[in-house]
Amino acid sequence: MSTVRNQAVLTAMQQGLHSCEGCGLLSRPASGGHEGRCPRCGHELTFRKQASLQRTWALLISAAICYIPANILPVLTTTTAAGAESDTILQGVVLLWSPTGWPLSLIVLIASVMIPLAKIAALAYLLISVQRGSVRNNEQRVRLYRIVEIVGRWSMVDVFVDTFTASLVQLQPLMAVEPASGLVFFAAVVVLTMLAALSFDPRLIWDPSSSKEVHYA
Amino acid sequence: MYNQALPDSSLIGCPHCDLLQRLPALEPGESARCPRCNEELWRRKEESLQRPLALTIAAALLYVVANAVPMLGLTVVGREAFTTVFGGAEHLWYAGWRSVAVLVLFTAVVAPGLQIGLMLAILVGAQWKRPPRWVGTLLRFHPRISTWSTIEVMILGVLVALIKIADYAKVIPGLALFVLGALIFLVAAIEASFDPREVWERVEWAEKAAKDAVSGKQMEGMVR
Repeated sequence: MSTVRNQAVLTAMQQGLHSCEGCGLLSRPASGGHEGRCPRCGHELTFRKQASLQRTWALLISAAICYIPANILPVLTTTTAAGAESDTILQGVVLLWSPTGWPLSLIVLIASVMIPLAKIAALAYLLISVQRGSVRNNEQRVRLYRIVEIVGRWSMVDVFVDTFTASLVQLQPLMAVEPASGLVFFAAVVVLTMLAALSFDPRLIWDPSSSKEVHYA
Repeated sequence: MYNQALPDSSLIGCPHCDLLQRLPALEPGESARCPRCNEELWRRKEESLQRPLALTIAAALLYVVANAVPMLGLTVVGREAFTTVFGGAEHLWYAGWRSVAVLVLFTAVVAPGLQIGLMLAILVGAQWKRPPRWVGTLLRFHPRISTWSTIEVMILGVLVALIKIADYAKVIPGLALFVLGALIFLVAAIEASFDPREVWERVEWAEKAAKDAVSGKQMEGMVR
C-alpha cells in the first residue's frame, strides 16, 4: 500500500497514558506525574521500562565478557583410570559428531555457541539503532526482538547436558564426570542474555517514528 | 499513588509499540493484532476457564510424578546408576557448583512448579464472580515465572546426555522422561486455552482493595 494516511499516529505516552505491563490497563497518572501505580493490578507504572537502554547495555556487555571464558574454559572433566581429560563446549560438539549423532551435535553447536552470540549481536544492533533514533525497518526490528525473546532459553541446553551427564556418570573408580569452571561462565551468559532481553523495551523502537506527524502506511 | 483508569477498558496501548487503539469485540477463536507492529493483542478463547483448569489439574499430577521417579539411568559392567531431575541439581550442589545448581533447580523444578501451581490458584480464584485481589497479584506474577520454566530445553539436554553416555554405557530412559514429555504439551495447551483478559476484566482492583483496607482500619479506630 502506498496511500498516505494523514492522521497522526498516537501512542499512549503521547496522550500521557500509562499502559500497564502487568495487566494491560490504560490509565492516567495523577496531574503532571511521570510515575504511578496501576489501579487494577498494583504494578508500578512508568511510560517506558526504567533505564531500559542502560540496563540492557550493562547486562549485554557482561554477557559478552562471560562468553569468552565460557568457550575457552572446559565445561566437563572426565576422569578414568587412564587419567583426566577436560572438554570445552566446542570439543563436546566435535565428540558428539558421528554418522548417526550429527543432528544432536548440530543442535548443541547452534544452541550453545551460535544462539548466545547471535543474541548479543541482535540486542546490540537494537540498542544502537534505538540510540541513533532510527525510523527504518521498525517491523523487522521488532520481529528480531521477538525472535530473541523466544529463542534465548534454548541456549540453556548445554547446562542441562552437562548437569545430567555429571550426575549420572559417577562410576568410581572406572569413570567419573564432573563439571568444570567454563560451565559457570556459560550459565552466566544464558542468564545475562535472558535478563538483557527482558530489560529491553521494544516500544523504544517505535518512539522516533511516532513523533512524526504523518505516517506512511 | 494510584493512577486514574480510563472509563473504557477496550482502549489499550500496544505492549510492543505503544500505539493507542481500541480492541474490537471478538468472538471465541478470533484474535486481534496491532495494525502497526503486528503483535497479537488478544485472542478470545472458548471456555477460557474450564478447559485450562482441567489441563492444569492433569499437569499438576504429572509434575508430581515427574519429580518423584527416576529420569534416566545407566548400567555398565554390572553397576547401575539412576538420577532424578532434582538429583541433577543436588549433585552439582555437593560437587561445589552451587550457582549452576541453583539455576538448574530453579529452571527445571521451581519455575515449572510455580507455573503450574500459580495457574491452578488463578483458575480456582477466577471461578468467583468477582475474583479476589490475590488472583490479580498471581496473574501479574505468572508470565514472569513462565519465562524461566524451561522443561522443554531440559528434555533436549537429557536426550543429548543420553546419546553421549550411550557410547560407553547402556542407558535407560526413566519414566520421568516420558512424563515430562507429556507435560510439555500440557503446559503449551494451558497457555493456548487460557485468556488472562477474561480474568482481568472481573478481578477486584488493587486500588479498591487498598481503600477497603484503609477504611477497615479507620472503622477499627472508631470502635476503639
